[in-house]
Amino acid sequence: MASRPWERALRVQRVAFTGLFLATLIVVLATATVISIICLRGAGALSWSFLTTMPAQGMRTGGIFPAIVGTLELVGLTVSFALPMGVATAIYLTEYASDNWLTRLVRLAIVNLSGVPSVVYGLFGLGLFVIFCRFGTSLLAGSLTLAIMILPVIITASEEALRSVPKSFREVSLSLGASRWQTIRHAVLPFAIPGIMTGTILGISRAAGETAPILFTVAAFYLPRLPASVFDQAMALPYHLYVISTQIPNISSDQRYGTALTLLLLVLSLNVLAVTLRAHFRRKRQW
Amino acid sequence: MLWQHRREKLIEFSIRVCGVSAVALVALIFLFLLKEGLALFRTVALTDFLGGHRWYPISEPPRFGILPLLWGSGLVTLGAVVLSVPVGIASALFVSEIATGWVKGLLKTGIELLAAIPSVVLGFIGVSVLVPAIKQLFQLPTGLTALTGSITLAFMAMPTIVSITEDALAAVPRGHREAALALGATRWQMMSRVLLPAAGSGILAAVMLGIGRVIGETMAVMMVTGNAAVIPRSLLQPIRTLTATIAAEMGETVRGSEHYAALFAIGIVLFVISFLINMLADLFLHRERA
Amino acid sequence: MVARAPVATKAAFTDWSVWYGPIQALKSVSLDIQAREILGIIGPANSGKTSLLRSLNRMNDFNPAFRYTGSLTLDGHDLYRTLDGQQVRRRIGIVFALPLPLPLSIRENVTYGPRLRGEKNRVRLEELTERSLRAASLWDEVKDRLNLEAMKLSGGQQQRLCMARTLAMEPEVILFDEPCSGLDPVSTAKVEETMLQLKHQYTLVLVTNNTKQAARVSDRVAFFLMGELVELNQTDAMFTAPHDQRTNDYLTGRFG
Repeated sequence: MASRPWERALRVQRVAFTGLFLATLIVVLATATVISIICLRGAGALSWSFLTTMPAQGMRTGGIFPAIVGTLELVGLTVSFALPMGVATAIYLTEYASDNWLTRLVRLAIVNLSGVPSVVYGLFGLGLFVIFCRFGTSLLAGSLTLAIMILPVIITASEEALRSVPKSFREVSLSLGASRWQTIRHAVLPFAIPGIMTGTILGISRAAGETAPILFTVAAFYLPRLPASVFDQAMALPYHLYVISTQIPNISSDQRYGTALTLLLLVLSLNVLAVTLRAHFRRKRQW
Repeated sequence: MLWQHRREKLIEFSIRVCGVSAVALVALIFLFLLKEGLALFRTVALTDFLGGHRWYPISEPPRFGILPLLWGSGLVTLGAVVLSVPVGIASALFVSEIATGWVKGLLKTGIELLAAIPSVVLGFIGVSVLVPAIKQLFQLPTGLTALTGSITLAFMAMPTIVSITEDALAAVPRGHREAALALGATRWQMMSRVLLPAAGSGILAAVMLGIGRVIGETMAVMMVTGNAAVIPRSLLQPIRTLTATIAAEMGETVRGSEHYAALFAIGIVLFVISFLINMLADLFLHRERA
Repeated sequence: MVARAPVATKAAFTDWSVWYGPIQALKSVSLDIQAREILGIIGPANSGKTSLLRSLNRMNDFNPAFRYTGSLTLDGHDLYRTLDGQQVRRRIGIVFALPLPLPLSIRENVTYGPRLRGEKNRVRLEELTERSLRAASLWDEVKDRLNLEAMKLSGGQQQRLCMARTLAMEPEVILFDEPCSGLDPVSTAKVEETMLQLKHQYTLVLVTNNTKQAARVSDRVAFFLMGELVELNQTDAMFTAPHDQRTNDYLTGRFG
């Protein structure tokens, strides 16, 4: 008689677990579906000429070379701004900051930066870099805006990497007469580099895929030439994809899916790289 | 030796400056939004802005009421939350408590990859696949609806909700689980009656951050919701969100005009909303840890 | 003005008290350290032994809650008020309880301190490496594989590497904070043997939980209890006829 409620409970559990499994399946299948649709429909368009030639006939034919170059240049600049600032902030938080209101404020600020909507970053970039600093719509304005946007990603990853270096390394270095900065530079940073690198790659991947922040700060739909300096506008993959899928009629599905696939491959391969590196360094770690 | 000492002091100074720069940046963002956005309120009353039913920026005279936009954002967000929260929490439960071995790894990868897909790509799939499907399914004049937006955004919020819920579940001490099981509960009973309540505030934080993600989303929602700035009567009609308004109209405004200021004013609203959500979520996360 | 101390005293604590926040770790300690001696510091846990060491090499500076009163001199100069902390740490080295090699090669570990101090000459660094490894009784075992990752050495070898690393800075005083606590008897013996050889050139302060080790190695022994210096004596005298009852109780194992 005591087994009846138990059997019922087990039946409930079976139903519940099936539900949980289905829910998980929904998420994972969504990923798989999106990726496969783009791969299947876009693979046809992906060719060497697609990736390396300039567009023609108002984007209806030709390649997306300038968009790829624009994205790469944009992302390169972004990282060169965000990496030093992010690592320095992380070093400040782990090595120099004391447990007081200022530190808590800094952390709060970082949390907030990561929550600001991307289009608000675009507005900010427009107001500060494009207009106030008079950079105009340019690679410079766009990359500065993106740099601030990915700062929290780099700070968080770098902080984690720095904290994972054992405290004893610092003790040893200081006890041998090294200064605080020397200790950071020689006994902590070198061993935090794998984690910092992973975070940076993830930041790059994020910056490469963002559209809203670059809408008003750098992106142009059609430029006859590649950007010659950081003060020039540039084309970018995400913006390109947005325009050809919503603004321009009569673009072949090939072109559209091909562009989507290129962007997706860029972003996902960066993510996979980051995760692989992380696993590799975790295995190689000596401590 | 002295110059080395000086050089070090300089380095330490730069590090400290960088360290507090995050605070300066947040302040700067808010300041610039205010600088350009408050100009609107010289000619438009705040109540007209926040409560006005009509968003006709290019009519004569222009109207800058963002109520339809607030409704649009709200409706899409609500729909996305209703879809993504149960699915997200359920997935988190499955992946952290039930799945094991390579399956677990595969599932986690699948969920993380979803987070990595750029929003414009999801918007693209939304436009190419989901929009025609919804149009077909509900026999609508257009598939660009709030529902389409909710579905698309739901998938964007799921990875956030899953990952933070996973953290919250992992933070529950083993003892809780073992005690429940030792008292004769089934695993499901343990999960539903002990684990979930114990992880409560962390899960709330996950939901808040998911909401924040959805409200702040621009591209995907802009591509699939139709951009009709009217107060929606149902999920099956086009709407316009706050974010999409900025993105869609900024290109057409003249710098310094009222319209321009209005868009910045919307930016202020978005900034404040996301600020509040993040503060709340942070509160919940810290309550959980304490 | 403090009169110059006699040449034989290397370092001296005068009414030295240490607080970490509200907790007082050392209570008015007055103690001198003679040049070229091995001073053993014994006592149960929390007696302030480690605080004493960290006061000497100014590692306490990095604890924001650290406060002190009294004076501590090195060669007659006030260690806190006149000397620079970084310089002090170059003159007073330390070997920690657990072997703590950096994840670098053996050579890079040994030359870490000198390189950071500014030494760039490769020949001098190689000489220094050999000298230090010999002094730590490790040279013969590693001389053909100086590029080996230090973490691949055994525990005892790692600890001797740490000693070599400290010696490479050519300090005047070397502090040992329970250096053999993680080592097997053979490695312990090697370390003790090294300490006895080092005594000829350096001043050594050895903190140990192992009273027998203190008896084997030290010239004088200081017994600490709950932050106070209870007794300071020549080793033989300390172990055969301690003055204080508490010392006797500790040595005979009444408490520990």
